[in-house]
Amino acid sequence: MRRPVLATASPTTGIARTLRALLIPSLALLAALLAGAVVMILSGDDPMAAYGGLFKGAFGDGKGWARTIRKTIPFVLTGLSVALAFKVSLFNIGASGQFVMGSVFAVAVGINFEGLPVYVHLPLALIAGIAGGLLWGAIPGILKVYTGAHEVIVTIMLNYVASLLGGWTVYAGGTQGQTPGPLWDRTAGAISETPDVLHSAQIPWLFGPPYRVHYGVFLALAAAILVWWLIFKTPLGFEMRTVGHNMRAARYAGIRVNFTIILTMALAGGLAGLAGAIETLGLNHKFAPEFGGAVGFDGITVALLGQTHPIGVLLAAFMFGALDGGAATMQFESGVPADIIQIIQALVLAFVAAPLIIRLIFRLRPQSQEDAGSAVSTSWGGT
Amino acid sequence: MTEAQPAQARQPGAGAPKLEALGITKLFPGVVANKDIDLTLHEGEILALLGENGAGKSTLMNIIYGLYQPTEGQIRVDGSPVVMHSPRDAIDLGIGMVHQHFQLVPVMSVVDNIMLGSETVDRGLLDRQGVSARIQELSQRYNMAVDPNSIIEDLPVGVQQRVEILKALYRNAEILILDEPTSVLTPQEIEGLFEVMELLRSQGKSIIFITHKLKEVLRIADRIAVLRRGEMVGEADPAAASQENLAALMVGRKVTLEVEKEPASAGDVLLQLRDIDAYTDLGEPALRSVSLDVRAGEIVGVAGVQGNGQTELVEVVTGLRPAAGGSVLINSVDMTNASPRRITEEGAICHVPEDRHMYGMVDAYSVADNLVLSSYYKKPFSSGLTMNQQAIAQHAEELVARFDVRTPSVRASGASLSGGNQQKMVVAREFGRPIRLLVAAQPTRGIDVGSIEFIHSQIVAKRDEGIAVLLVSYELDEIMALSDRIAVMFHGRISAILPRGQATREKIGLLMAGVSVEDETNAL
Repeated sequence: MRRPVLATASPTTGIARTLRALLIPSLALLAALLAGAVVMILSGDDPMAAYGGLFKGAFGDGKGWARTIRKTIPFVLTGLSVALAFKVSLFNIGASGQFVMGSVFAVAVGINFEGLPVYVHLPLALIAGIAGGLLWGAIPGILKVYTGAHEVIVTIMLNYVASLLGGWTVYAGGTQGQTPGPLWDRTAGAISETPDVLHSAQIPWLFGPPYRVHYGVFLALAAAILVWWLIFKTPLGFEMRTVGHNMRAARYAGIRVNFTIILTMALAGGLAGLAGAIETLGLNHKFAPEFGGAVGFDGITVALLGQTHPIGVLLAAFMFGALDGGAATMQFESGVPADIIQIIQALVLAFVAAPLIIRLIFRLRPQSQEDAGSAVSTSWGGT
Repeated sequence: MTEAQPAQARQPGAGAPKLEALGITKLFPGVVANKDIDLTLHEGEILALLGENGAGKSTLMNIIYGLYQPTEGQIRVDGSPVVMHSPRDAIDLGIGMVHQHFQLVPVMSVVDNIMLGSETVDRGLLDRQGVSARIQELSQRYNMAVDPNSIIEDLPVGVQQRVEILKALYRNAEILILDEPTSVLTPQEIEGLFEVMELLRSQGKSIIFITHKLKEVLRIADRIAVLRRGEMVGEADPAAASQENLAALMVGRKVTLEVEKEPASAGDVLLQLRDIDAYTDLGEPALRSVSLDVRAGEIVGVAGVQGNGQTELVEVVTGLRPAAGGSVLINSVDMTNASPRRITEEGAICHVPEDRHMYGMVDAYSVADNLVLSSYYKKPFSSGLTMNQQAIAQHAEELVARFDVRTPSVRASGASLSGGNQQKMVVAREFGRPIRLLVAAQPTRGIDVGSIEFIHSQIVAKRDEGIAVLLVSYELDEIMALSDRIAVMFHGRISAILPRGQATREKIGLLMAGVSVEDETNAL
């Protein structure tokens, strides 16, 4: 009962393909901003003033740009983490926990080993962060392969475990003399946090205070390029994509499917772990439970908005960075609460995940099956 | 005979036009699926609708069954125009359809399946007894023995098909559409189906019989309509038509139906299976102590009704399914439960899989990427860290030309090709590298006659090069045409291995149905 398919694939040029890929995300953002405007009007606010403030806050001056870039960095890495897993039809909900583990591992190295030179200490701390995430990502991969446990469930549970584990490491001890956590700062009194990372393990400023942009931005860019190269240019990436598209065909082609799944989950975890390490070593300079992994969940939105393509993830992360970067100024200038930004971000996800709504709103014709949205649906089909 | 002409009836009791399709055109975006088709089905006749895959048979039937609306044209039942919005409207008009893939709930009983969707209720409860009585009456009248209380999944495929037919008759169908009904049956079951069809015809039912098998058409049809590329290209009278001219009508050019080949000169044993046991994904026994040899330069065909262990046999040989017992020797090397890659490399084996979409290709990949699916990691396609797109594209251009894969470009996605060209793409990849053993499962499933001809000749050419060929097919004709020896599988066992010379359709048909044959020849 299949429809006949014409043997004519329109030879689309690279530019046309890129534009088509940008279409749905751009429209999703537009629709989300419009919906946000409606919410503002309903609550008696002026959307023009709000969005004006948002833009000014994100791009108005050097400090605005610095904020935007600073916020973009972790979105890039957690977005890449989720996107990489998507390429193998794996749904990594665990970027949050992997981020926390990356932070904890990085800080554990960063507050110790006094006297190491920066070119040893900093890379060591970063590698520790990657290793923490790698480990936390590999676990759901291994469980999926050997027990059939679905990675969505396991990664969600591991988020809780990571969050509580992270909290324990910096636990300040209780009034009844409970043992404090191993990484707790003894000078912090009742506050649960680590000491500051040693200078030799801090990522240097690119522009010093008040801009607070550090060299981590280049790490994020390099990671995006590396992931792109891995996925599209290497035999390993070919194997990963084959497993993602058609697991049976992958086995038929002699690809080690189980190994690929574990490796992908580990690499995805490593990327989120790197995000945690960079945030800790470059910005916060310490770990505390409130530096948790909300940015890990945003990685899902960023990956979907970026059509699970590394370059798309860069753009989407930049957009989310700008939204976050401008939120405070928006509230200050227009009185619209900054929380509206979260509503808009959530709506973006809703619209990207449901491209049919966007097609309906903007009256677009249905597209080929290779829609980015299908990445989500296929990930639930596999075992 | 190739000219369209109104076939004068030899059929008994053909009456007034029962169903008419007038000027049916159906457009899909970019595709004309049906173009100005006229089709008339008379009362009490069996009309065969013949055409290749993608010729528009299914579209036409879906229009008649109310699943699609025609872009242009009209359907008439008993002379009056009708508009159908769903299959329910079609059923109300007395049109019943038996789909190629049965629409039955396996865990439910025959009664429940038959009344599903038109349940009879007696004081708020399902009236199973009443329905059961009607089923028995129907099955007696049409000579289709079925126990209304048995569970569908316990029934043989042939009986399940009867349930589908009964389901249509229960809904008072006067017009029956049978979509490729013989593809899942043994020769004997096919004969049984034809008897039922003849009985239905004698009681005034009108039947549209969709198929691509020429023999069957000539055996049962009163009239033959041939579709090609969405157009009605002619009608034929089975009394006057031959397989050759029907095939020519279907394809649009002359085709050779017989595969020309010299007698095999078999060499050393290349594939040796000893007492293989294996299980299905559900843990049920699939192979029971299967032993089989394939020699260099011969084609061993495995015949049998689908689901008797053939799939698992191929998977065990190619390393996709573990053998629970026994041994697989390829070129005298033990390859039992070796990884698929080791078997491909060391065994120099290639595998045309049974289901190309499930195993053989990645729909979203380009033709070029699909063509390196089993060799992407080797030089020159991959040099250490990176893949060499240029080498991959060049390799693709060569194979596309050599195997006549019709594609606008090697960058076009695999999904955009027609079924026949997708299969040629798979065959090109597998045949295009140095091999010693060829495992081909359903190598021509669902593809056009022209491509079948080509793939068959390629398989014979491989044999003549001295390659050992294990061929699995559910089409007995294909097995008979290609094999030098024929192994018949039933319930996970090889029930007999016959040299081609001793194999008759009847004998193999009986073996396929599990009947043991007296003078069984075990030429291992």
